[in-house]
Amino acid sequence: MDFDALISGLDRHTLDGITRGSIYALVALGYTMVYGVMKLINFAHSEVFMVGTWTVLGVYTVLGVTAGAGIGMVIAATLLALLAAMLASAGTALAVERIAYRPLRKKGAPPLIFLITGIGCSLVLVEIFGQVLRVVFGRPFGRVTVNIPSVLETKTVFTIPGLDLAVSNTRILIIVGAIVMMLALDTFVNKSRLGRGVRAVAQDADTASLMGVNRERVIMLVFVLGGAMAGVAALLYTVQYDITKFDIGFIIGLKAFTAAVLGGIGNLRGALVGGLFLGIVEVYASAIWDSSWTNVYAFVVLVVILMFRPTGLLGESLGKARA
Amino acid sequence: MSQITDAYRGLKLGERWDHAPKPVRWFVMLLVVAFAFYLPYLNILPFAYIRTDLTSSGSDWASVLFLIVVYMIVAVGLNVVIGLAGLLDLGYVGFYALGAYSIALFGSTNSPVVEAMQSKFGLSEEWAVPFVVCIPIAITMSLIAGVFLGAPTLRLRGDYLAIVTLGFGEIIRITARNLDGVTNGAAGITQVPVPPGPESDGRAFFNTIDAERWYWLALAILILIIFLARRLENSRVGRAWLAIREDEDAASVMGVAGFKFKLWAFAIGATLGGLAGLLFGSKQQYVEPNAFMVQLSFLFVAMVVIGGSGNIYGALTGAFLLTYLPERFRDLVDWRPFAFGVALVLVMILRPQGLVPSRRRAREFDDRREEAKEAAADV
Repeated sequence: MDFDALISGLDRHTLDGITRGSIYALVALGYTMVYGVMKLINFAHSEVFMVGTWTVLGVYTVLGVTAGAGIGMVIAATLLALLAAMLASAGTALAVERIAYRPLRKKGAPPLIFLITGIGCSLVLVEIFGQVLRVVFGRPFGRVTVNIPSVLETKTVFTIPGLDLAVSNTRILIIVGAIVMMLALDTFVNKSRLGRGVRAVAQDADTASLMGVNRERVIMLVFVLGGAMAGVAALLYTVQYDITKFDIGFIIGLKAFTAAVLGGIGNLRGALVGGLFLGIVEVYASAIWDSSWTNVYAFVVLVVILMFRPTGLLGESLGKARA
Repeated sequence: MSQITDAYRGLKLGERWDHAPKPVRWFVMLLVVAFAFYLPYLNILPFAYIRTDLTSSGSDWASVLFLIVVYMIVAVGLNVVIGLAGLLDLGYVGFYALGAYSIALFGSTNSPVVEAMQSKFGLSEEWAVPFVVCIPIAITMSLIAGVFLGAPTLRLRGDYLAIVTLGFGEIIRITARNLDGVTNGAAGITQVPVPPGPESDGRAFFNTIDAERWYWLALAILILIIFLARRLENSRVGRAWLAIREDEDAASVMGVAGFKFKLWAFAIGATLGGLAGLLFGSKQQYVEPNAFMVQLSFLFVAMVVIGGSGNIYGALTGAFLLTYLPERFRDLVDWRPFAFGVALVLVMILRPQGLVPSRRRAREFDDRREEAKEAAADV
């Protein structure tokens, strides 16, 4: 118990928590949207994120950028990596849907089976990077942690006066990036025609299809959107932590799912709230006690929330979203 | 005689089995059991090709058999939770770990818990809780954990249960790794006790060399458990689980106390998981946290579901295949998880009811398929 460590570094810990939470929130969007529409935990979503981080590495390697490149190069490389990661992740998510979920939906299999194929897909994706690609191409693939060049060098942009808290450019990018993407997605789902279709299917799939909404297309859209958000999260993650690994997705995925449930699964804004909340709780708890228990705190929070408010902080409502 | 053969003609294997006279069934079962006990010595070609120790790099055949049987116990236990009651438990490895750690913590002279007891009660350095006392301790610990975990979470929806149990499995492992003062942390606990038995050649009856004795012990326990599980399945409790699985609302309207029976399933499953863990820890004589990764939970669930959830023999088949095949093809060890993943997806897509489904479950699947077809036709 070390509350002094928490209090004395409260500002720093909060910033850390928000950074971490932003990434959780972006990944959580994928879980929450798929759940809202299909009532399914997409277990392979964590690997969709993992594919994104590798794509970022791939883009940097192809472009040959390293730390200390010119400002124009940095911006171009980052944007390109973002785009590639979004595409790759969305593609992976779509492929998972096609291979693992659609055939089962056609057969009307019970929910348990979807989870199993999801786990299977997740294993296959992990092993593609941990084993298959290693055998084909050699390094950097394999079961080791790989460094990603920190193209965007961490610099302090400004210091919050009074608190003496240095805010770096990477943190601004992560927090602002995450919030902008979430706002864009929220607007898309709430305002656009396609988004209305998503909400309709989430609310009542049968009635929606009577009203002319193509359910299959909505499901594909949801996987693509969730995957793209995981791609954004992947870029932001590499900006902050500069690493990737074949099994990097597992823990992040678990946390992101926790965040989604915390905020109220199926609720887009809930994912943001849940992600930030979980990130901050984790960092605070690690400061007070011990960081080797970080994953335990996350689950304890989850269990407590589920016991007292099973629908999450904001309630479950992709369908019942404010129209 | 001809009447009997006529009656048999055109029947499926399973139906033939049901129609066979009781002595015949007993005889066949005895043969199967006898063969199972003989397996470690299997040396007749071509059957000997199923042995895993044909090459020098292969794993010890009797040890593999032991592991298969331990996982079969796990599968039978998890089948109660997943197959009968329809609850998705992704943290089963937690109970397995609890069982292994119970015997290690209380039975090993090397464990901090025993050392604390020695100094507190002024006992000798060699003293530890005897093996037979460790069994009820392990069972009680996993039972309590099952109820403790189940009581708050079983009221939740099924998918939440999956994620909370997943978290539970991780919590157990992280706790075992971090609580240095109790569990020796990542170093693990050595000198886990073995079951008592007559000593020969200065070695304990259950030692590291004669693995077939472990296999026979586990097999005997497994047979007992299968017997009990079958009785349970056909009892009032078993029918209640079935009703809950098929339609919980309808079941509760008919007076089946859903929560109570779900908790029962959870507790029974936890107990069997703990028992399997106890056997595993005792045979290894060494328990460490990294033996209980989450992936093992997935493996357990996959055994039940691939085999055919709801059917004990399906679960046994799944446990056998998923334990035996990786050991038989050990040279391809790096490809194991990949093959596992591919197999999971393929089997589930081609045969979602599992390889050996229970007849009732298979009918449920057919109904669902029909419904899905009709729904598709409606649109």
